[in-house]
Parts: sequence; structure tokens; C-alpha cells
Amino acid sequence: MKAFHRVIDIQADLIAGSLTCVELVNHYLTQIQEKAHLNAFLEVWADEALDKARLVDAKIASGSYGKLAGVVIALKDNLSYKGHKVSASSKILEGFEALYTATAVERLEQEDAIFIGRTNCDEFAMGASNENSAFGPVKNPFDESRVPGGSSGGSAVAVAAGMCHCALGSDTGGSIRQPAAFNGVYGLKPTYGRISRWGLLAYASSFDQIGPFAHSLEDIALLTQIMSGADSQDATAIQEGPLDTWTYTEKKNRRFAVMKQAVEHPGLDPEVRDTFNQLLDKLRALGHEINYIDFPLLEQMVPAYYVLTTAEASSNLSRYSGMMYGYRSPNATDLESTYTRSRTEGFGPEVKRRIMLGTFVLSSDQYDAYYEQALKVRRIIQNETDAILDHNEALLMPTTSTPAFKLGEKSKDPISMYLADLFTVQANLAGNPAISIPSGTTQSGLPIGVQLMTSRKSENDLYDLSELIQKLF
Amino acid sequence: MLSYEAVIGLEIHIQLLTQSKAFSSDSTEYGALPNTHVSPISLGHPGTLPMHNAQAIEKAIKMGLALQCDITRINRYSRKNYYYADLPKGYQITQFDTPLCVGGRVPIKTKEGIRKSIRLTRIHMEEDTGKSMHDQDLYDTLVDYNRAGTPLIEVVSEPDIKDGDEAYAFVSEIRRLVRYLEICDGNMEEGSLRCDANISVMPIGSKVFGTKVEVKNMNSISNVKRAIDFEITRQIALIENGGQVEGETRGFNGLNGSTFSMRKKEAINDYRYFPEPDLPPTLVTDADIQRVRENMPELPESLYQRFTEQYGLNDYDASVLIDDKESAFYFEELVKLGVPHKTASNWVTVTIRGFLNERALHLADFPLKASQIAEIIQLIQSGSINHSIASQKLFPAFINSPESSAQEIVERLNLATSSDTGFIEELVQQVLGEFPEKVAEFKSGKTGLLGMFVGEVMKRSKGKADPKTTSEWVNKMLKN
Repeated sequence: MKAFHRVIDIQADLIAGSLTCVELVNHYLTQIQEKAHLNAFLEVWADEALDKARLVDAKIASGSYGKLAGVVIALKDNLSYKGHKVSASSKILEGFEALYTATAVERLEQEDAIFIGRTNCDEFAMGASNENSAFGPVKNPFDESRVPGGSSGGSAVAVAAGMCHCALGSDTGGSIRQPAAFNGVYGLKPTYGRISRWGLLAYASSFDQIGPFAHSLEDIALLTQIMSGADSQDATAIQEGPLDTWTYTEKKNRRFAVMKQAVEHPGLDPEVRDTFNQLLDKLRALGHEINYIDFPLLEQMVPAYYVLTTAEASSNLSRYSGMMYGYRSPNATDLESTYTRSRTEGFGPEVKRRIMLGTFVLSSDQYDAYYEQALKVRRIIQNETDAILDHNEALLMPTTSTPAFKLGEKSKDPISMYLADLFTVQANLAGNPAISIPSGTTQSGLPIGVQLMTSRKSENDLYDLSELIQKLF
Repeated sequence: MLSYEAVIGLEIHIQLLTQSKAFSSDSTEYGALPNTHVSPISLGHPGTLPMHNAQAIEKAIKMGLALQCDITRINRYSRKNYYYADLPKGYQITQFDTPLCVGGRVPIKTKEGIRKSIRLTRIHMEEDTGKSMHDQDLYDTLVDYNRAGTPLIEVVSEPDIKDGDEAYAFVSEIRRLVRYLEICDGNMEEGSLRCDANISVMPIGSKVFGTKVEVKNMNSISNVKRAIDFEITRQIALIENGGQVEGETRGFNGLNGSTFSMRKKEAINDYRYFPEPDLPPTLVTDADIQRVRENMPELPESLYQRFTEQYGLNDYDASVLIDDKESAFYFEELVKLGVPHKTASNWVTVTIRGFLNERALHLADFPLKASQIAEIIQLIQSGSINHSIASQKLFPAFINSPESSAQEIVERLNLATSSDTGFIEELVQQVLGEFPEKVAEFKSGKTGLLGMFVGEVMKRSKGKADPKTTSEWVNKMLKN
């Protein structure tokens, strides 16, 4: 089957009758089976996807179909889909089925999307390598000895390896953009609140955003538009209607900001740096402006991010207690041991580490020293980011400092793993939209991504600027 | 022996009468089968989020305005983190650093008639927990999550309360107010109004407070008083016997009126409060406050003042009338219909209340409208019927057929006062003839016997004789 990069190309063939949804779904099911060793999927909804495919084929034949007719989508295993299991790749949600559907998923479903399965991820979206899953790591399809990135590793791999057309992930500190970069696909973290979080299993509520993985900017824009808009079930969602339909607007003399601390960072891989510098040269050659800015706060971002997200996580994950649903330890004998044993046996080591850290920073004698300080840092980062974007149209940097690293390479060293988020956490701390655009590969064929960030609520601007950049690769 | 004084602060949890829960659309109805008013939100399912309940905020503001608190404009929510089986999310959404209401006071009047103002620290909004039931099963504690997420306000007083009587008056006033404002049914047995007391004792005049003990589980206002008085006596006795009061939480045993230790304070929780990231702050504007204020009824303090100063009622009558909103407003309606103040007050506080009390009914269930009572009073004033017939015969008959007019009933039951002089003359003659010695006594100057003769005539007329005409006839015939 030919490789489709855009929804409109699939739909053209469907309408022309040269392709059916059933053929598409069968194709993806075969791919999933052939690439099962990548461990991207935790569950495949084959029968259901085929049923829906038949239904959508009939709708196409009748001439009345949704915007996502023929689009086969995989869902990260932290999105509620009524009647389906959802586990956040954790043992603690063993056997749990969602009683309701996430708003984002429901909006896609109403446009005739076909859901093919749920994808592996780091447990409760905590990780940058997908090695923290209770169901084993996902492998990078470009080099199976390497990680796919995380936490939405399964979704990125599913799209990159052709097991579905698009996928949903969630991004708390880079969990969409970093695996997108490691797998050569587009990945967007929209503005905080752009897409309702209703039905997204929370990691850190004030950071989490749902977003898409796709092979094209058009598809990123399409999916995001459909999922966007106010929701009566999420008080933090932006109280506006859905995004306008995006059509590319070409503009001359764009102004890009580049952080000196990022391009000069000692941890920056030489090939990543060269690719990035070449991009800057091409942009300059086209008449665009590159402004190097000083951003000494870069080193404060990851610590502030970890203090705040673990604090929120320690509270968000309290509900997984063995009481009402999910895993309950068979060794529990009373209330106290139901909590301690179920949580001890149900959570993996990274989740426990973050719960401990979050509990510590919120405790009454540490609160001022950590949580309160981190809140201040966050406010400063928001202000500084706004200031940069007042004078520039976008902030441009590599999505990650290195290409995909080896499985096991960083899993013994949490601090070095946390630094994998160095360039991505800013968008979550400040709430801005940011995208990872495929920007070629290393000599050994590993994908590299470049990240673009614009002001809050300016997704369509972000796409225009991204179009400009993707043409250069 | 030293003399001691007690320092008492109260915390009152009030369940707001909203149709739906604080952060979800689940019903808040009491008494439903366990775990039937539970959505994924109430049960804390993964991925669920809270939403504000505008009704709850409005009701909370009402309470704040009634108690003269300052209303906070930017209301942030916080999470209070702890583990318990009846707390589905592992945290309670509450207000920590920005309580909706700050300051304020509760006016109280104790049994001895002493008036005093109890200052408030704050009133904040929060959500209720589920209910753990330890007595429904032989081995297990069962949990009903219907209550989880019900909107609450917590009223926290300053430690201005000195004894059980003042606490009794404080809780009574709070309960009366929530009923006036219709924000809570005030039912302590069902737990829609719950009171915890912080109690310490110290030598009179001391500047240092004693160690405080928290007492819970007092499910009636009289139990609040009993528990506090018991606890004060217990703490003083402990100190007098060389012991020390321990900081702890104690329960109250209503059967023998004593408190008992539940848990020691060293097991104190670090609740790790932090701002609730799922809820943006609620903003309260001047216009919001104005709108709430306009929808508030006149409150007991102001009614009392008006009833005594404007209507000239005495303290007792005014106090009884404002006891509940329905009585006060019923009285006010009678006054508007032209019924004299004192007459209106008597009808409400004596006749109507007597009828209701006998049957354990509320004024809301009373079948006669104020205009109908005014009809009765009109008939009395015009002399068509006398008061005793009105209250003993017409009133109950009217209640049984409120669709008739009072006049119709008077006619149907032949209750009209007789001013038929022939009928009265005959009766007077009868009476005077039967009591010749009394007649002689009257004639020798014992004029006080007049009332006896009139009363006797009235009795024989079965109340129908007009007292005025009767008295004239008795006088006239005695002088003959």
C-alpha cells in the first residue's frame, strides 16, 4: 500500500473508490502484527476498528461523512475511551475499564476517526524513554537498540512505523515533541487549555496537554482543530470556540529567536548542532531574521519543572489506592495495608520516586524552600518567554540535545534522563504551543527534530512558521 | 482552688442545599440508596475534573453577607491531601489561603438574656467526603459515596465562647440563619449541619490558653452544650488533680453525656495544601454581591428591631416571632392586611403555633393563608363572633375546609354572636334567679361578682352571647 502523508490524500483515494477503510485498517493491522516486537501497542482493537471501517465506508458511499473519515488513529494509554481498558502503562490500573470517553477522543470519534488500539508509554507519562512502562520498553524503529523517547513513545513509533495514520499523545514536559523528534514525525503540544483534559489521566494538571502525532503539518492542524474548543467538563480549557481552519499564509522577513544557552550547551550533540546551524543559515539566506538571545534561566527550568510536576503528581496519583478500582494487593489485611501494599506493588520505581519527591516538596516544612520557589521561577519563565515572543515571532531550538539514546543508557541515572527534557519543558512551564518538526537525520540515520514555539493561543501562526521550516528539509 | 475560665471556638460544617454537587452534576439528595448518586467525578475516577457550582458559591456568599463578613474577590481553591476510604481522590478540594468570607460576627442571646457578639475567623467553601459506616456489617466498614462532593461551607469562630450555653446560642443562631437564607435545612441528625468544638480551660485572667481538645460527633444542639460543659468540668478536674490536659480529638457519647478519646494529636497529618490546579480562581464582583444581597430575605436581627421599635411588640413576642422565618413573615402579612400588631402576634404565637405544636407540623404545612386568618379577626372586630368561639370553633372548622370563607362557616355552624336581647334577657333572668345569695351580695356592694354573672350567661349561651350586651343586661337587671 502506498504511504499516505496527509488525510486529504487518503480521502481522495477513498472517494475515488481506489481504497476502502477496511483495506486501510487491514493494512495497519498487518503492520502492527509484523512490528509487534517494537512493543508500541498494549492492545489492538481489531474487530472494533474493522466494524467502524465498514461503517465509514458506507458513509463515504452515501456521500455524508466526517472530517476524519478514513483516518486510523492510535490512542496513548492514558486517554479514557468508554468501555476500553486504560492503564497509563501501570500495574496499578490492572483490569480497569473507562466509564466515559475523553473529550478529545469523543470529538475525533464524531468526525469518523477509527481507533485501532492503545499505545505503550512511560507509566503515568513519567519518563523520556518509554522504559518506565509496566509492559516493557518500546523500541525505536530506526535502531531497535535505541529508545523511542517518551513518554508517548508508543504513539510516536506507531505513526513512524506505519501502524496507524495518526496518534494521540500527551505532553507534560516534552512527552510528544521529544519522541516525535526521535522518530522523525511531527508532534504538537498545543497551548495549555487548547484541548480539554477531561479524560486524560493526570500526571501534572497545570502542565498536561493532549496533542497529535502525524506525518504532515496539515494533519497536525486538522486533528488539533477538531479536538480544540471550550469544554463544560474542564474549567482550565480555554473558553473559546475551536481553532479556525488553517491555511498557509506566506510572509517575508520572519523574526526567530535562538537561545545562546541552547546552541552553546555542552550537552548538545555535534550533528544536532550542525543541522540546526545549517537551518539558521538557510533561514537567513531567505531573508528571515535570527536573533540570538541570552536566557540564563535555561538551567533553572528542569529543576522548577520537576518540583512542580512531582508535587501535582503526588496528589493526582493519590486516588490509585487499591480502594475503588484497579490493583488491590492480595496481601492487604486492613485499610493501611491496602494503601501501602497496593501502591508499593502497583507503581513502578520512577512513579514512586516522583510521588516521594512531590510529597517532600509539598510538606509543610519544605514548601517554601521548594514548591513556592519553583512557582516563582515558573512565573519568571512565563514573563521572560512572553518578552522574547513580544520581539520575535517564534523561539527556535533543537527539540532534543541528542538523537535517540540507547535503551538502558540513562535508566540508571535519573538526573541525566531528566535533562532529556531540557529544551521542551519551557513550553509547558509557560503554557505556550510548541511543535517538533522532522529536520533530517544523523549520518547513522537517526531522526533529528527542530522545535518551534510561539505565543499562547497562536497555533495557526505556529503552523505558518513550521511550513516555512519544513520546506527546508 | 483556682477559678477557671473556658476558651471555646466552634467549627460548623454546613451542607449547602444545591441540586448538584460542588464539582459535578450528581444529585445531592439525602437518603438515596447507597452509592446511587455517584458519577466518575464523585468516585475520583482517572481523568475526571471538577467544575465550579455557581449555586454553591452564591449560597456561601449569602451566609457571609448575613454575618457581615468581608467577601473575598479572588477565590482560590486548594487541595488538602490525606488518605481515607471515604475520600475518593485522596484529597479534598477546599479553600486554604483565600477563604470566601473573612471576619464577621454572630449575635447571640443566652438563656439568661445576655446579648453578645461572637467573632468569626472565616467561612470557606469545600467539598464533603463520603460516609464511612462502621455499624452496617459485622466485619467490614462500608462506604457510601453519595455524600462525596456535596458542597459545604465551614464557619470557624474565634475562641470567644465561654460555656455550653453560649455555644448552644451560637449554633442555634447559625441554624436559624441558614434556614432563613434557605441555604441548608439545618438538620444536625442527618448531618447537614455538623459542629466541632475546640475547648480549653485556663485560670481566670490568664494570658496563656490551656491545651485545646477537639470534640466531635455532637449530633444535636443540646449535645453541643452537654459535651462542652462535660469537657470543661473534666479538664478542670484533671488540672486540679495535678494532671495535664492532652491535645487530642474526643468523641461525644450522647447516652451518658461524656466525651471519650478518639485520637491523640501527635498523629497529626501534614495535609500538604497546595493550589488546586484543576480549578481557576472564582472571581466575585461587586455586581455579584449586589445580586446576592437583593435576593436575601430580611434577617432576624433586623426583624426583631422593627417588630419591637416600629410595631411596639415586647421582647418576648418579637423573639418568638423571629424564631423562624415563616412565623415572622406570616405575622408581617397579617399586619399588612390591617390586623393590629399585638392581635396578629397573638394569633401567630399562640393560636396557630399551638395548633401546629400539637400536631408537630410546620407553618409551611399550615392550610390557612394569612388573609384567611385576617378574615377571622375581621369577624371578631366587627362583633359578629367573639374571640373564644373564633379560636375554639371557627379556627379548627376553617382549617378543615379552607376552601370556604370564614363567614360561610360561621353561618353553617351558627356561631354568630347573639345580640338578640330577648335571648340574653331570658338567660340573665335564669342566672339571677338561680343565685339569689350572690345577687344579695352584689347589691350589698360586692360589685366584683358582675364577671361571675356574665360568665355564667356566656356559658349557657355556649359562647354566642355578645359579652358587651350581656354585661349591660346584667347590670341593668341587678339594679332593678
